[in-house]
Amino acid sequence: MNRIKKIFSNQQTVVVVALVLICLVFSLMTPKFMQVSTFTNIAKSCYYIAFMAIGVTFVIATGGIDLSIGTVAICSALIGGVFMEKGCPMILVLLIMLLVGLLFGLFNGILVSKLGLPAFIATLGSMMISRGLGSIISKTKTISFPQGDEPGAWFRELFMVTREGGILPKNFPTGFIIVAVLGIIMALVLNKMKVGRYILAIGSNKEATRLSGIRVQNYEITAYVISGLFAALAGIAYVAVYSTAQPNTGNGFELDAIAGVVIGGTSLSGGVGSIFGTIIGVFIMAVLKIGFPYIGVQSHYQLFITGFILIFAVFMDIINRRRKAMNK
Amino acid sequence: MDVLLRMEGIQKAFSGIPALQNAGLELHRGEVLALMGENGAGKSTLMKILTGIYQKDTGRVLYDRGQGLEEVTYHGPKDSERDGIAIVHQELNLLKDLTVAQNLFLGREDMAGLFIKDRQLEEKARVVFESLKIHIHPGELMDRLTVGQQQMVEIAKVILQEARLIVFDEPTAALTDSEIDQLFEIIHSLRKKGIGIIYISHRMDEIHRITDRVTVMRDGETVGSLVTATSSKDDIIKMMVGRVIFEDPKSAPSVGEDSDVVLEVRGISCGKAVQDCSFQLRRGEILGFAGLMGAGRTELARAIFGADRKDRGEIFIEGQLVEIKDPHDAVQYGIGYLSEDRKRYGILVDKAVDENIGLTDFNQIVRGSFVDEKKLEARAEEYVQSLRIKTPSVKQEVRKLSGGNQQKVVIAKWLMRNSQIIIFDEPTRGIDVGAKSEIYALMHELVAAGKSIIMISSELPEILRMSDRVAVMCEGRISEIIPIDKANQENIMSAATRSIVI
Repeated sequence: MNRIKKIFSNQQTVVVVALVLICLVFSLMTPKFMQVSTFTNIAKSCYYIAFMAIGVTFVIATGGIDLSIGTVAICSALIGGVFMEKGCPMILVLLIMLLVGLLFGLFNGILVSKLGLPAFIATLGSMMISRGLGSIISKTKTISFPQGDEPGAWFRELFMVTREGGILPKNFPTGFIIVAVLGIIMALVLNKMKVGRYILAIGSNKEATRLSGIRVQNYEITAYVISGLFAALAGIAYVAVYSTAQPNTGNGFELDAIAGVVIGGTSLSGGVGSIFGTIIGVFIMAVLKIGFPYIGVQSHYQLFITGFILIFAVFMDIINRRRKAMNK
Repeated sequence: MDVLLRMEGIQKAFSGIPALQNAGLELHRGEVLALMGENGAGKSTLMKILTGIYQKDTGRVLYDRGQGLEEVTYHGPKDSERDGIAIVHQELNLLKDLTVAQNLFLGREDMAGLFIKDRQLEEKARVVFESLKIHIHPGELMDRLTVGQQQMVEIAKVILQEARLIVFDEPTAALTDSEIDQLFEIIHSLRKKGIGIIYISHRMDEIHRITDRVTVMRDGETVGSLVTATSSKDDIIKMMVGRVIFEDPKSAPSVGEDSDVVLEVRGISCGKAVQDCSFQLRRGEILGFAGLMGAGRTELARAIFGADRKDRGEIFIEGQLVEIKDPHDAVQYGIGYLSEDRKRYGILVDKAVDENIGLTDFNQIVRGSFVDEKKLEARAEEYVQSLRIKTPSVKQEVRKLSGGNQQKVVIAKWLMRNSQIIIFDEPTRGIDVGAKSEIYALMHELVAAGKSIIMISSELPEILRMSDRVAVMCEGRISEIIPIDKANQENIMSAATRSIVI
């Protein structure tokens, strides 16, 4: 009994079990679900959310929040796209996109850390700024990224094999490997490296950390920069999968990402963070989104159910916390 | 005398680990009972069982609700409040953005339809305050009161609820002397009304001033009770720790004038709180900082440490002028700071012991860019051993340690960083008697090893026992620095009140 309790007090275990259960239910209801193509679709649909979620986990671990990631993702894709249309080589375009994300992260970090703005307000502001900036620079035109044999289309191979006859089969979701590798790297950064440990310490008690002689501002800014960079990465993944970037979109992506983080067991009050949990959390949402149509239910039911899962996840977190405090 | 409350044979275990074994107490109507014991002795657990926050495993709670003693079981604080049992907590449960009166009547407001009759509430509050001789304006915002005044409001709130039994949990920890006097007057008048009072405190002198009997707990058990008037301080302490502790003042400084100056502070000013402060600290010295609350001692320490920006002044370390802009700089120059408020400024409560100890400098324990977990654990283990930190393992969350052991974790943190100058701000606040003497022993070990200590303390016995010299602050200035062989309570207090007209 105690062992069961222990297992269930660990939210990471719970989310993995939940994910497996959801997959099981779907595959019992329809044999069509258990196919490679389903997995490919699920993976494809959640790359960009997964990147944003990995990045924003760092900000949430400091006790902050980054609402700008969704619009920054699209904004960086649009700015990169404008350069692409001007004839920039693709590799440069990708670097420009990452630079845009980095600058927005730096901007957010400075607002929150150096100028002391509440993270919610600061990033709400840069959400609007990035959304507006994307429209201004693209002159509100939708930008299409190269496909098939067009020059520069190679970058899409990073996320999905589009050609036959390579080492990997067509439609192989290579992006999944990128998510997994970056996930592992960022998990190590957050939990095993100095910078991550200080980020977690800031989330636990910022002032005590500062009074331990740590330059907390630098680490806080680092968290926002990581968030911005991963938002840009999400932008790249987005245009790789969906081919176009449309001005005035991106709103709401951040909430999906944050929901994934929370379902994965990272607490919004900061101090703890699990990249693994985050990725599973994002996956749960994607499985629901892709899975429902297979059993003949429209996909907006996914939103409905995800909402409950989110609330349940936070509720579990609160109960565990309370139990911990009682056992003091 | 009428028995108001009797708790007997109380047992309570948390996930199998016993917290209380055969604990109990007896309280009479109109009596002030001191409940004493080291931190972790089980005082607060016992009180939480009384008020229904925890449920006892075995034992009986008998309480007189007005019809003689009867067995009672409470399922929550609301339950026990209804029967007139109230706690004045150490941490205040007040809403800072509301007025005093709104706080007093929170949840029991007089209403006119949908609106709160604020003026009527303020009038009611004024009447209560007058009867208690408390001088607070009921319309004032809570946030603008001193901690002492807030405490008074909390007490008034409890009295308004017509409590028959009031538990005071270390009520004087944050009060000034005059506020303490006022509190004791209130307690006296409550006693006269026949209210039973349980008084939890570590301050021995208060126990003798205010309580009738003392019940002592140790390791979850009630050890016994004494009549306060016929017991000495040593009797009580002996019962608490099972050994006699001698608290003799130091008679002569243990560092000579020839010892080199490690820290010199010249003309530091910081807002209104600190004005033109200068002093020197020698190697191996404990420089005590005495003064009343609000004299600017903590502010001076924070300015030296770079926690707050100073307006003026110079700091010399080992004779070199240094610029300290933030705590990071201070730490680089070998200064460490232990705040008076450990939970807020000292430790990460939800992190493990080793994480807290390593926090000041993960640079020492990284392999490549990664934190070397094995090394971190090993170093933490060393300090757990050498500082005698009581913890089941270095992976234990710091929140689960007692106050004394938490303080040791903070000390370990600065030792880990090899700090040469350590500022202790109220080193033993909230720490029980036994652990206190261990902290003192550690401080002696530190100076013996050539480190230097600045010790801010509001407890004169502590100042007299530990310091080599005593710097006395008054209204932001250092009014006098007295060598320990010339210092006594009288001349320290007179220096501390020099510029204050009473």
